[in-house]
Amino acid sequence: MTTAATYAGMRSVTVSPVRDVARRIVSLFVVHTVLIAGAVFVLLPFVWMLITSIKSPAEIFAADFSLWPKHFNAIENYRAAIFGKAPLLRFALNGFIVCAGILIVQVLVAVPCAYALAKLRFPGRTALLALVLLGLCIPIQVPALPLYMGLAQLGLLNTYFAIMMPFFLSVFAIFLFRQFFKSYPDEIIHAARLDGMSEFEIVWRIVVPSAWPAIAAFAVFSIVAHWNDLYWPLIVITDTNLATPPLGMMFFADAETGSNYGALTAAATIITAPLVIAFLIARRRFIEGITMTGIK
Amino acid sequence: MSATVAIASGIAPPRRNRQRFIESLAGCGFAFPAFLLLLLTNLVPLVVLLYLSFTNYELGALDTKFLGLDNFHKALVDPVFHRSLVNTFVYVAIVLPGAVGLGLLIAVLLHRRKRMRSFYEVVYFLPVTSTLIAMATVWQFLLHPSLGPINGVLRALGVHEIAFLTEPSYVLPTLAAIGIWQLVGFNMVLFLAGLSAIPRDLYEAAEIDGCRSGIDRFLTITWPLLGPTTMFVIVTTSITAFKVFDTVAVMTRGGPMGASEVLLYAIYLEGYQYFHMGYAAALTLIFLAFVLLFSILQTLVLERRVHYG
Repeated sequence: MTTAATYAGMRSVTVSPVRDVARRIVSLFVVHTVLIAGAVFVLLPFVWMLITSIKSPAEIFAADFSLWPKHFNAIENYRAAIFGKAPLLRFALNGFIVCAGILIVQVLVAVPCAYALAKLRFPGRTALLALVLLGLCIPIQVPALPLYMGLAQLGLLNTYFAIMMPFFLSVFAIFLFRQFFKSYPDEIIHAARLDGMSEFEIVWRIVVPSAWPAIAAFAVFSIVAHWNDLYWPLIVITDTNLATPPLGMMFFADAETGSNYGALTAAATIITAPLVIAFLIARRRFIEGITMTGIK
Repeated sequence: MSATVAIASGIAPPRRNRQRFIESLAGCGFAFPAFLLLLLTNLVPLVVLLYLSFTNYELGALDTKFLGLDNFHKALVDPVFHRSLVNTFVYVAIVLPGAVGLGLLIAVLLHRRKRMRSFYEVVYFLPVTSTLIAMATVWQFLLHPSLGPINGVLRALGVHEIAFLTEPSYVLPTLAAIGIWQLVGFNMVLFLAGLSAIPRDLYEAAEIDGCRSGIDRFLTITWPLLGPTTMFVIVTTSITAFKVFDTVAVMTRGGPMGASEVLLYAIYLEGYQYFHMGYAAALTLIFLAFVLLFSILQTLVLERRVHYG
């Protein structure tokens, strides 16, 4: 045992110095080459988007392409994007309204339900939990058809309500908050009850403040999902003024087909910017929020 | 002892019963809004969908006939549906190994790297947060036969231009590459979480036992211990890839010549462009069957993960 250890130690000492250093340098080189190559592939569209958004049309259509523009055309391109045929700022505003509306209702509905499922005994609890778990497996594309017909029947197509309605209930939020509430100490809840607090007060004034990390993570997930969603808005919205950012981008691309890549990439930059900037500021929260929903 | 318990419980009942009553009342009250919405946005639509799939209902049509399973028979022989199903699976078959393999590779290379790790993490995660539709228009431009820089480089190298999005045999691999571009960062983070759960002394022990090269260490420790994470990533990636829609809708619209027609796009066209509600409902149920299959797989995998943990 001792000899083996000494032997191993000796061997690593005798073999190591020069070969180990050389080996380490080679492996570092290989590792970084792979990582940088990957990073170039990932960043390529972002870099190209930013550069094209400040180039002049002449340079964009030039046969010999250059990375850095010789003449800056940023102001014209961004002006064309914002004040052009499609109302870009309106799309962004719609995105904010829709994301905020969905998130607020989701939290207001999911929190009490999750608390009830985690801490209260009531009839039908097991059945409801089973339904929630089943709901986790059903993507929006499944109820979309009947929901569309229902909204059409009620004359509610082309409204904010139509964009938001299918997402008011997030079974994922219920599932997530329930996991979180379950670990909340029962003693505190009992003590609050003895103090004469109602269940309603217990939820909103005692349990929720402790659940901020879960709510923040869910908020990131929800906002990223609905800012970027195309399928459902594409179905219920035909009015340009109500388009969410991705749908607006589609309208914009159609309106500008082939004619103005500078404005098109400027528009893409503006639509991508809010989430990317938020991500760069709150990096950890974003990564947590989006990947914890790997379950989704 | 038992006497005290009896006395205590003898005093308690009215109060405890009252507490029970309040609890179930509050529980029902708290769960009701969620239940109502679940009913309206999931359960009722599912029942309606099932009913529609047995009819030839078209939006605005006056008479609707009950067809039984005819819609499903039609789907079996419909060349468009057939093609879209095959295309979807081809897409999944390219994205799955690409996004999982590259995600794992990058995670392994980044793990335990100190200075550059957060920089690379931000870079690789960027596509996950960015709006895919906006980036798809940029990709379209990048891949443009004459204006795009990728073909510009190919020309400079003396290679023939490639019509990435207009040549039927290239379009699915191109869309899949963009799918991989979007998913790699997501999988990387999941793998990094899995890697950080592997105890470090295992590597030291392996080193003493003669596992000196990185590849040896990967094969003897990392890969087996990462098994549950890998299974999980495989299932989530399959589901995401199976639901491909955005890039097709923006970049190719199923073209050229149906070469990029995928399942969700076919459903979208049948239901919301041609308004064949009955047939679209049947296709949606087939889509749901596949998603449920993946989800069951996922549950099984998650259970296994719990055992490992």
